[in-house]
Amino acid sequence: MAEPILKVSNIETYYGPIMAIRGVSFDVPKGSIVTILGANGAGKTTVLKTVSGVMDPQKGSVVFDGREIQRMDPDKVMRLGISHVPEGREVFPFLSVRENLNMGAYTRRDADGVAQDLETVFGYFPVLKARAEQRAGSLSGGEQQMLAISRALMARPQVILLDEPSLGLSPKLVKDIFEIVVRINRERGVTILLVEQNANMALQTADYGYVLEVGRIVMADTCKRLMEKEDIKEFYLGIKEESARGKRRWKKRKTWR
Amino acid sequence: MQLTLNGLAVGCIYGLVALGFVLIYKATELVNFAQGDLLMLGAFVCYMAVVWWGLDYWVGFLIAVVAVGAFGALLDRVVLRQVIGQPQFAVVMLTIGLGAMFRTFASVTWGSEIYTLPTPFSGVWTVGGVTLSHQYLSIVFGTLLLCGVLYAFFNHTRIGVAMQATSQNQLAAYYMGIPVKLIFSLIWAISAGVAAAAGILLAPVTLIDINMGLAVALKAFAAAVLGGFGSIPGALMGGIVIGLIELYAGATLPEGFKDTAPYIVLLIMLIVRPQGLFGTMARKKV
Ligand SMILES: Nc1ncnc2c1ncn2[C@@H]1O[C@H](COP(=O)(O)OP(=O)(O)O)[C@@H](O)[C@H]1O
Ligand SMILES: [Mg+2]
Repeated sequence: MAEPILKVSNIETYYGPIMAIRGVSFDVPKGSIVTILGANGAGKTTVLKTVSGVMDPQKGSVVFDGREIQRMDPDKVMRLGISHVPEGREVFPFLSVRENLNMGAYTRRDADGVAQDLETVFGYFPVLKARAEQRAGSLSGGEQQMLAISRALMARPQVILLDEPSLGLSPKLVKDIFEIVVRINRERGVTILLVEQNANMALQTADYGYVLEVGRIVMADTCKRLMEKEDIKEFYLGIKEESARGKRRWKKRKTWR
Repeated sequence: MQLTLNGLAVGCIYGLVALGFVLIYKATELVNFAQGDLLMLGAFVCYMAVVWWGLDYWVGFLIAVVAVGAFGALLDRVVLRQVIGQPQFAVVMLTIGLGAMFRTFASVTWGSEIYTLPTPFSGVWTVGGVTLSHQYLSIVFGTLLLCGVLYAFFNHTRIGVAMQATSQNQLAAYYMGIPVKLIFSLIWAISAGVAAAAGILLAPVTLIDINMGLAVALKAFAAAVLGGFGSIPGALMGGIVIGLIELYAGATLPEGFKDTAPYIVLLIMLIVRPQGLFGTMARKKV
């Protein structure tokens, strides 16, 4: 496996007295797509916020490209090459789509490169080109998600942190967006850390997966193997084995922990 | 006609100060009650440059706007940044206290008498039988010019758009690598600089003394509320409406109405249309 571009070790993150992340470690190899699966409230968003510097971990380290970045300000982390696509899109509602994209390129000085990347994202999401002069707040949820991903891409990052891009979108839209995420990874070599509740989509998209439960990593494997595991099938993919159903319903316990 | 011009001019001043309220409020969700005293400082610094140091009016103007603007940024950095996360009323009290400190500082430095700032605008124009005084015209044109510059800045420069972005969604601005803290300081600088400019433009009308900012700030606050607290065109329009009401009420209604009429209108407005003239119901996130 390639050298990890992002290495998170034993981070503990608190909301005041509440410990939301209880010693989480994971590696993101350069050029890969890694996913962290978890139910609502598991701590996925908190992990991403700790990586991007919006929250500071009490303990542990985040190493990006050989450099410790925990407790760094978010704008510094971003300048190093990590772009965060937050949960709930968080577009600038009263700026136009084009202005939103330009804000994504705020830290860049190479006007030619920015113009080129603008064309690239319009290629990925033609609907954004059609709506370039429209206020971002007037876009649909799916379009705002596309904008949020494109805006992150405009920084020409090495790593993109994607927080639940499927949230509130139709299955068809989710499929379209995940296809583009894979293309961004393959064509532009951008490493992607994806956190999702939608295990089905995430496992099909990613190379390697972690399962997060109440602030702890409880399972880690390649996505191919994760998809085969009974626990994942039952608790995250909602598939049940027909044969043993009656017994299973009562007896089955999660086998981890 | 003369009355309309005067009302318009005074309203422009309210509008400019209200604009400062709104800029700071939109970005930092904090109401700066020292805005009127920054206006007073602007007028005094210009007075000092022109009368004490014998500089040209325009040089004095520039020095005052830059100095008070820089002072605004400094205030943000060394005072307001320390109280982030404190309860709203504590911050409000702090800005009121700052205002009182500025007035004390002004009376110690420049004295507590009333001063006259000599300006190049002493003449009048007579157009078709009506006389328009240059003093009032200079206020209106100055405001138009300032608003034009600010409009261009906020819409056509990278940092200006970044200021809008930061006001709309602070967290996302961080994610874009926008230096949010620097942006806040710049917004303070602009608000303070605009207040200083308003003070200098207003100086020939009200004369300069340490309390000149108080009445203006109160009416400007009303103007900002009238305009929907959060809308920049609203703040300017609110200022002009209040300026006009004030002068017409002063000329046509019995003694005492000049100062209360704007608040009566504000009260009616808040009952009939609580979101203000230009207010939107959209709330900001984060
Ligand atoms: N602002 C907050 N204040 C206090 N607790 C929070 C806050 N945000 C999240 N939490 C708690 O932290 C835990 C992890 O939340 P989060 O990272 O948002 O989970 P996820 O993104 O997986 O749904 C949850 O138990 C949640 O209640
Ligand atoms: Mg979340």
